[in-house]
Amino acid sequence: MGRYVIRRLLQMIPVFIGSTFLIFFMVYALGDPVAALFGDRAPDPATAAQIRNDLHLNDPLWKQYLIYMKNIFTGDFGTAFNGESVTSLMGSAFPVTIRLTIVAILFEIVIGISLGVLTGMRRGKPDDTGVLLLTLIVISVPTFVTGYVLQYLFGVQWGWVSPSVSPEAPFNELILPGLVLALVSLAYVTRLTRTSIAENTRADYLRTAVAKGLPRHRIIIRHLLRNSLIPVVTFIGTDVGFLMGGAIVTERIFNIHGVGYQLYQGILRNNAPTVVGFVTILVLVFLIANLLVDLLYAVLDPRIRYA
Amino acid sequence: MRGATRVKWAVGVTVVALTAAACGSSSDSGGSGSSTGGSGGGIVRASWGDPQNPLEPANTNEVQGGKVLDMIFRGLKIYNPKTAKAENMIAQSITSSDSQNFDIKLKSGWTFSNGEPVNSDSFINAWNYDTQLKNAQLNASFFSYIDGYDKVHPDTPGAKPSATTLSGLTKVSDTEFKVKLNQKFALFPDTLGYAAFYPLPQAFFSNRQSWLAKPIGNGPYEISSYTKGSKMELKKWDGYKGPDPAQNGGVELRVYTDNNTAYTDLQAGNIDLVDDVPVSQLQNVKSDLGSRYINVPAGIIQTIAFPLYSSRWSSPNAAKVRQGLSMAINREQITQQIFQNTRTPASDWTSPVLGDAGGFKKGLCGEECTYNPDKAKQLISEGGGLPGGKITISYNADTGSHKEWVDALCNSINNALGNNKACVGAPIGTFADFRNRITSKQMNDPFRAGWQMDYPLIQDFLQPQYYTGASSNDSHYSNANFDKLVNEANAASSTSDSVSKFQDAEKQLVTDMPAIPLWYQNGSAGYSSNLSNVALNPFSVPVYNEIKVK
Repeated sequence: MGRYVIRRLLQMIPVFIGSTFLIFFMVYALGDPVAALFGDRAPDPATAAQIRNDLHLNDPLWKQYLIYMKNIFTGDFGTAFNGESVTSLMGSAFPVTIRLTIVAILFEIVIGISLGVLTGMRRGKPDDTGVLLLTLIVISVPTFVTGYVLQYLFGVQWGWVSPSVSPEAPFNELILPGLVLALVSLAYVTRLTRTSIAENTRADYLRTAVAKGLPRHRIIIRHLLRNSLIPVVTFIGTDVGFLMGGAIVTERIFNIHGVGYQLYQGILRNNAPTVVGFVTILVLVFLIANLLVDLLYAVLDPRIRYA
Repeated sequence: MRGATRVKWAVGVTVVALTAAACGSSSDSGGSGSSTGGSGGGIVRASWGDPQNPLEPANTNEVQGGKVLDMIFRGLKIYNPKTAKAENMIAQSITSSDSQNFDIKLKSGWTFSNGEPVNSDSFINAWNYDTQLKNAQLNASFFSYIDGYDKVHPDTPGAKPSATTLSGLTKVSDTEFKVKLNQKFALFPDTLGYAAFYPLPQAFFSNRQSWLAKPIGNGPYEISSYTKGSKMELKKWDGYKGPDPAQNGGVELRVYTDNNTAYTDLQAGNIDLVDDVPVSQLQNVKSDLGSRYINVPAGIIQTIAFPLYSSRWSSPNAAKVRQGLSMAINREQITQQIFQNTRTPASDWTSPVLGDAGGFKKGLCGEECTYNPDKAKQLISEGGGLPGGKITISYNADTGSHKEWVDALCNSINNALGNNKACVGAPIGTFADFRNRITSKQMNDPFRAGWQMDYPLIQDFLQPQYYTGASSNDSHYSNANFDKLVNEANAASSTSDSVSKFQDAEKQLVTDMPAIPLWYQNGSAGYSSNLSNVALNPFSVPVYNEIKVK
């Protein structure tokens, strides 16, 4: 187990270097950010040259990348155009997005899995069909529509919550945004769980468990659910990374100043340090989430062993 | 970033808005308790966008940073929020006998909020700093009229500066200094209200980093806290001695990424003032806000510029094609249908906020800017038809909704020509890429252009954009007659002479049509019933210091 984890961690190093280079290359391909700094005015050549020089933009791509990597290893992720260091941007953005992600994941787990179990056990019954139809609707409506509609209803029409989230973004203000962010994944979790449960209800070991006369809740939780959760856990695990990076739409609608907001600003302003820095961290989050999912397999299914 | 209209221009447009002072506004005096409830009073919670650059006077060229600078700074002059006229603020007088050597006398008693006095050195040191090449200030070129600029800020990339101070600035005393320009420029005093010309305290030079974290100025507000990227709290500076102290207790600026959210927050009573009403809400805004919706002209003009360096547009006959295209555009219809009258069809190359005395002349462009599909078709065929039979109009697709109006505009041209493929929109992914292609002369076909004035002068609408080799001459237009008239206008002895010379120069644009004027842009804002006395200045920025909170 320990060796497996170490091997996986070592594998992350080339992935980390490769992905930072790819992202760096792609942001670089967006073009020269200096002209945009001057707005609709043509840059005065001397000032533009000075800025390019300060940002190392005159060096070849590989050299810029090396300078960037060298700085990263000294803990310096560069500076955004407004003069703030990317590290401090991360310091303010990641806690907010992590809280948002936690809320969203909780919704997925609690509501998604319970609905999945419920419908999986009652396959073909009206409530099953009803939930299926509901998930279909949720999946087919884009996030920004549900976002704006729920924001208007809860925030303006009924006035239950504030339509936007304050800069501190405490948990209680993140409930509605978290729900909006989770909705689509929640529908997938419901469907995945349902299918998995429905399949396993006909499995031999379950019949055995029933024949042994075990109490019903024990059958469902210990035997049925545990075996049905493997695909769901995989999905939720990869979803962690997806939710953190993909929250751009939700974060905009509710004015949350998290990772999505910073990435959006970085892309819009063509600021390589911001984009590369944030995406690099997101890549790490993906890698670690995947590792955790793989480790969870062993817990859920005793047949899986890591050496 | 935003289904919005205004921010998108704002992001791009070179700008700084100058919030204005209350000087001379008699309408808000009265006994409405401005000394009791009013001035002690509440906080204005207003929407904001994240400033693109550090908040230094000469490094801020967009509206959002400009807003803050105009609250915490006062310059030599200030632009009247109603009339756009430049009026003396810190300057006691600015005099010149030859339009080239200016003598600036300061009022005494002005201080920065940290107690430092505002004197000649505050200006001279600031202007030298702003010009120095190593500081890479985005607005350095505003000092290019001052003698010695080319020594401190040589224009060829890589050249080393041979001086660190502008030789054109000489201190006479603490309250007087002289400015020598390298050419005649009659309207120079009127440019001094622009943010780039603000003074800086010694605190800035001794520790720039800590100053940037919490800028110190000499205006009616001081910054009490600033969380970059999310909000700034400004409070009324009680020590402010100027004629336009804040009428409220302070302003809280909140960063919104999406102006739709800001608007929703306004409806929910979460904020008080939104100075960027989203396009999608324009249809409802009157019923939502009633009289609390403001829609007034701002110093912004939108045009379609042509790459006159491209062989497609350089021939003498191409001018006829450009005139024809201008006449093929149904400006009335597009401003009504797409912009819900938040734009006004343009008939010259300036802006209505200048006023008639300032050089705005409705209809100066004449029939060349009036919709006339038959004449348009005729002119275009006389000019040899569209180059290659079709044109594209480029715009940046990342910010704002340019697509809608560019498509409508092409549609209008296509209808006039009876050819469905004559004109198509050509989106370019990012604003940075869009600007890069324009400044590196890679365009072959017309592209959208916007101009937000830096200061309310006809000179600022014409010279930077159409003078040979000027800083924002994206078309690379060059006409000897135009240049000659602009030079004469700058050397004129009186403002009115200068303005009429500029208008003569502008008439040359009708003949050559280097850019087609489309429409003047309005500023729009909405506010809650907590506020009163809310107005937008000619730069489409709310006049924060005059707002009263109930």
